[in-house]
Amino acid sequence: MWDYSETVKEHFYNPKNAGAIEEANAVGDVGSISCGDALRLTLKVEPETEIILDAGFQTFGCGSAIASSSALTEMVKGKTLDEALKISNQDIADFLDGLPPEKMHCSVMGREALQAAVANYRGEEWVDDHEEGALVCKCFAIDEVMIRDTIRENNLSSVQDVTNYTKAGGGCSSCHEGIENILMEEMQARGETFMPGAIQKKKAKPAAQPLVTLETPEPAAAPAAGGMSAFQRYKKIEEVIEKVRPNLQADRGDCELLDIDGKNIYVSLVGACSGCQMAAMTVGGIQQKMIEALGEFVKIIPVDKAQYAAQLAQKQATASA
Amino acid sequence: MNDIYLDNNATTKCDPLVVEAMLPFFTEQFGNPSSLHSFGNKVGLALKNARKSVQKLIGAEHDSEIIFTSCGSESDSTAIMSALKAQPNRTEIITTVVEHPAVLNLCEYLETEGYTIHKLKVDGKGNLDMDEYKSLLSDNVAIVSVMWANNETGTIFPVEEMAELADEAGVVFHTDAVQAVGKLPIDLENSAIHMLSISGHKLHAPKGVGVLYLKRGVRFRPLLRGGHQERGRRAGTENVASIVGLGVAAELALQNMEHENTVVKAMRDRLQEGILAAVPNAFVTGNPDNRLPNTANIAFEYIEGEAILLLMNKMGIAASSGSACTSGSLEPSHVMKAMGIPYTAAHGTVRFSLSRYNTMEEVERVIEAVPPIVAKLRKLSPYWGESGPVENPEQAFAPVYA
Repeated sequence: MWDYSETVKEHFYNPKNAGAIEEANAVGDVGSISCGDALRLTLKVEPETEIILDAGFQTFGCGSAIASSSALTEMVKGKTLDEALKISNQDIADFLDGLPPEKMHCSVMGREALQAAVANYRGEEWVDDHEEGALVCKCFAIDEVMIRDTIRENNLSSVQDVTNYTKAGGGCSSCHEGIENILMEEMQARGETFMPGAIQKKKAKPAAQPLVTLETPEPAAAPAAGGMSAFQRYKKIEEVIEKVRPNLQADRGDCELLDIDGKNIYVSLVGACSGCQMAAMTVGGIQQKMIEALGEFVKIIPVDKAQYAAQLAQKQATASA
Repeated sequence: MNDIYLDNNATTKCDPLVVEAMLPFFTEQFGNPSSLHSFGNKVGLALKNARKSVQKLIGAEHDSEIIFTSCGSESDSTAIMSALKAQPNRTEIITTVVEHPAVLNLCEYLETEGYTIHKLKVDGKGNLDMDEYKSLLSDNVAIVSVMWANNETGTIFPVEEMAELADEAGVVFHTDAVQAVGKLPIDLENSAIHMLSISGHKLHAPKGVGVLYLKRGVRFRPLLRGGHQERGRRAGTENVASIVGLGVAAELALQNMEHENTVVKAMRDRLQEGILAAVPNAFVTGNPDNRLPNTANIAFEYIEGEAILLLMNKMGIAASSGSACTSGSLEPSHVMKAMGIPYTAAHGTVRFSLSRYNTMEEVERVIEAVPPIVAKLRKLSPYWGESGPVENPEQAFAPVYA
């Protein structure tokens, strides 16, 4: 069964603001009955100030759908409509101390209900820009339409590409076969053949290194692998970090290079990335890219920036003492 | 109070006698049954006995018709792939829309490989159309694979009759009987069924052991090639301890067959009647007049299954659901969809599956616990009014797809 946080459980077992608001002047109905999750959000908005005086929800859905609905109503009460609209689905998930990746769509539904209710209040028509397609990646809820469009627009030709552009396939990898089938069709349509080997072609191995180093060399003296000078290697590492940052920033996160100690590369993940359940996956992704770029094994270690600086200072103090 | 386990179609508790019989095979009886020396010989004998008791449970004519595998899925794959490999000129498969994924997903994969898959449809009660079936039997069909009893609803298919028809048409007939074996009397010697799959853990044996019954004379190609185990039909050193466990479980299943169809059935009936009497807008899915004695699948309209299960779990009651969330997909159970159950009910289906370890006292506790849970969730539902569904529920609440 799902690994729900205590907050999710609390909001599910004892939901807040359940039921419709009697004098509601904003209603948002969203969800999909075929998918088994649907939500009606009712708000009572003070016309002069546009402050949400009261909020209520009615939800047909699973535990996390009910918890997300309950959280949403708690979050919007007392806010103005414009303030409320700033709430992202990640905010709802954070409020609940996280949701399992497969359940993130519940928080998306909450956000969309809010948008729909505000549109209803303002007399606008709310159109969902979601295109319906068969769900391919269940971890990140990415459907076939999205994957096909992205492959076409960017001329993608590998599962890794698709993962980098859409996140699809970046979780449990059980959809890789499905993504490959889509790639095969799309590439055929543009006159190419999709014919990957079962394993990645290996890059030429760097000069043989002993499997076990008996004496740990001083980090500063560690020879740069892949025929790079220490400076070139540093530039390369920096380059990889710079490349992944736009992706993280798109998800309201960021990554900063702190230190390089031999094979250990210390970074700090900030914003939405830190503490997010996807952090481990993010780190794995950066590490993979780093290994590919450097042609050697390295380890990405996420650390708290302030703590790390303090540790470093202490180390230096003991060294000089 | 002890927790109540009503999810026996998912898996069952190992019978203590099964565990006891298995234990020596982890310690002193460690020999390889293929070895000539006494270490191996005794173990070989234990396998022989297990084979005999499985043979007896399903009424097979010869004990050599029993092939031990690792699970029901392996048995299903072996059966279907064997029929295709042994008859390369035949490129069609007949199955049903409500099969277990072990068969359905394999067939969907084979479709991409160029095979033609005919999936028999079911009516609102989950019954097959025999005329549709008859019209599809031909020399192009490599194998018919139809489950004996449905895992979600317990609905029983007329596999013996269907096997006769296939046999007459010269078509191999396989049945996934993992839910039926141990709950329904089976007499394979006097049937036309050519292949049948069993899963140990559905009948109080451990997980990781299964059986493929292969009628003598049916041409066969192994899935796993290698050593000569199981007469070259399934290579790989035998999972001895589990096979011994399955042997004991098969004996116990035979002894309890009557109990299953009287006492367990009575508990199931009481559970169903008790819940339906107390909960409005709830109904039984599948065919209540022709189903496994231990299974009741009840749809609670206008609420969602995972939410029901979570609240039941909090009360110490374990069952399962056909909702999208619990199946890990975004669609409700394919079985409910195939029967045309509306989404507002399909997502709220709960499967109660009992075993000989349940008691009437537990059943009464569940009957008490379920109605307030349903009522609590309906209070949250946009489809539910003060004391019943809102008028024209589907129009009253028609959300924008998000």
